[in-house]
Amino acid sequence: MAMSRKHRRLVVLLVCLAGLGAATAFALTALRDNMVFFLAPADIASKAPSVGRTFRIGGLVETGSVAQARQDGKPVARFRVTDGKAAVTVDYAGVLPDLFREGQGVVALGALRADGTFQASEVLAKHDETYMPPEVADALKKSGQWNPPANTR
Amino acid sequence: MNQIATSPARTGHVLHRFANPGRFLRLAARVQPYLTVAALVLLVVGIGWGMFFAPADRIQHDAMRIIYIHVPAAWLASSGYLALAVCSVLSLVWRHPLADLAAAEISPVGAAVTAVALATGSIWGRPMWGAWWVWDARLTSVLVLFFLYLGHVALVRAFDDPERGQRAGAILALVGVVNLPIIKFSVDWWNTLHQPASITLSGSPTMDSRMLWPLLFSALGFSLGFGALVMARLRAAVMERRIRGLLLAQAREGNA
Repeated sequence: MAMSRKHRRLVVLLVCLAGLGAATAFALTALRDNMVFFLAPADIASKAPSVGRTFRIGGLVETGSVAQARQDGKPVARFRVTDGKAAVTVDYAGVLPDLFREGQGVVALGALRADGTFQASEVLAKHDETYMPPEVADALKKSGQWNPPANTR
Repeated sequence: MNQIATSPARTGHVLHRFANPGRFLRLAARVQPYLTVAALVLLVVGIGWGMFFAPADRIQHDAMRIIYIHVPAAWLASSGYLALAVCSVLSLVWRHPLADLAAAEISPVGAAVTAVALATGSIWGRPMWGAWWVWDARLTSVLVLFFLYLGHVALVRAFDDPERGQRAGAILALVGVVNLPIIKFSVDWWNTLHQPASITLSGSPTMDSRMLWPLLFSALGFSLGFGALVMARLRAAVMERRIRGLLLAQAREGNA
């Protein structure tokens, strides 16, 4: 049975694309653990990276956990990062980003110390996907329908 | 047997009606002014509305207004690549003459909007995240998209025989298609610093409607603007090819 040339080219193309797609899917599955930008506190609780190994931790800044002070003229901060299941205490010396707030997302680069706390060398704020003007947030709070992870103001 | 023979022929017939460059030039000359004006009006309305009239975000304040440029540019970066891939299939399988030229004209515009998305994201990231750039899955996959566009721009122009350049470019573009789902789902599959989508097909948008409307206007303006730029480039490319053909014929006649 003769296939037209167009038909044959189309079949070859589809087979190549399917193969390429499958290869990419396998590669991404194999690299799954390396593709994450940060570990959540629950990941650390179940499988903690060894002390001193550099990685990123990400989660929400626990409400009421932030303590800021000055040490040798530099700002230092201690706060807890939580994902609702576990929490890790983070120490950081330096200026925190503008978006850093209790209840907001945060990603910190650093390493665990022997006592289980995390020494951060860099702190980045993570923004979530909600956008709303302040008066809407106030109205939601007033009517009791405010349900982000925690109060930010 | 009969069915196999007729079905590709019929699609071929429909495709080739639109492949006729003369027909395209006539149609495009009529559509071009409307497309260009509509794009400019929508862009001015969408971006002006977003910058001056839409409310600021409760946490990011005015910095979130960059969304009216960043998000449409990022959408266009991905959908422009999809258009490039469709042209590449048409060119590889059906040897569609207009699709060859269209692919070569889409990639520079696509590279430009990707650059806009990367630059505006970076400008927003510095004050909001505290970093110009991070190597998370979303940012990295969009950077790969940018390099795919640049590779296509270079490859289709790298051969003396334009047809070989178009074949090579089409294959590169189709290999790069695997990157599109990676970009789209990177924020869901892996932990990223980049936030997930606010506007999805399945749920209601997690964005106030007074911010959503100017964003949609701006996105439509970007899309029509992308179309207008590609159409203008494609018209120029078709005419350029005609002139080259005429000069070639003239030179042959002179020799004879």
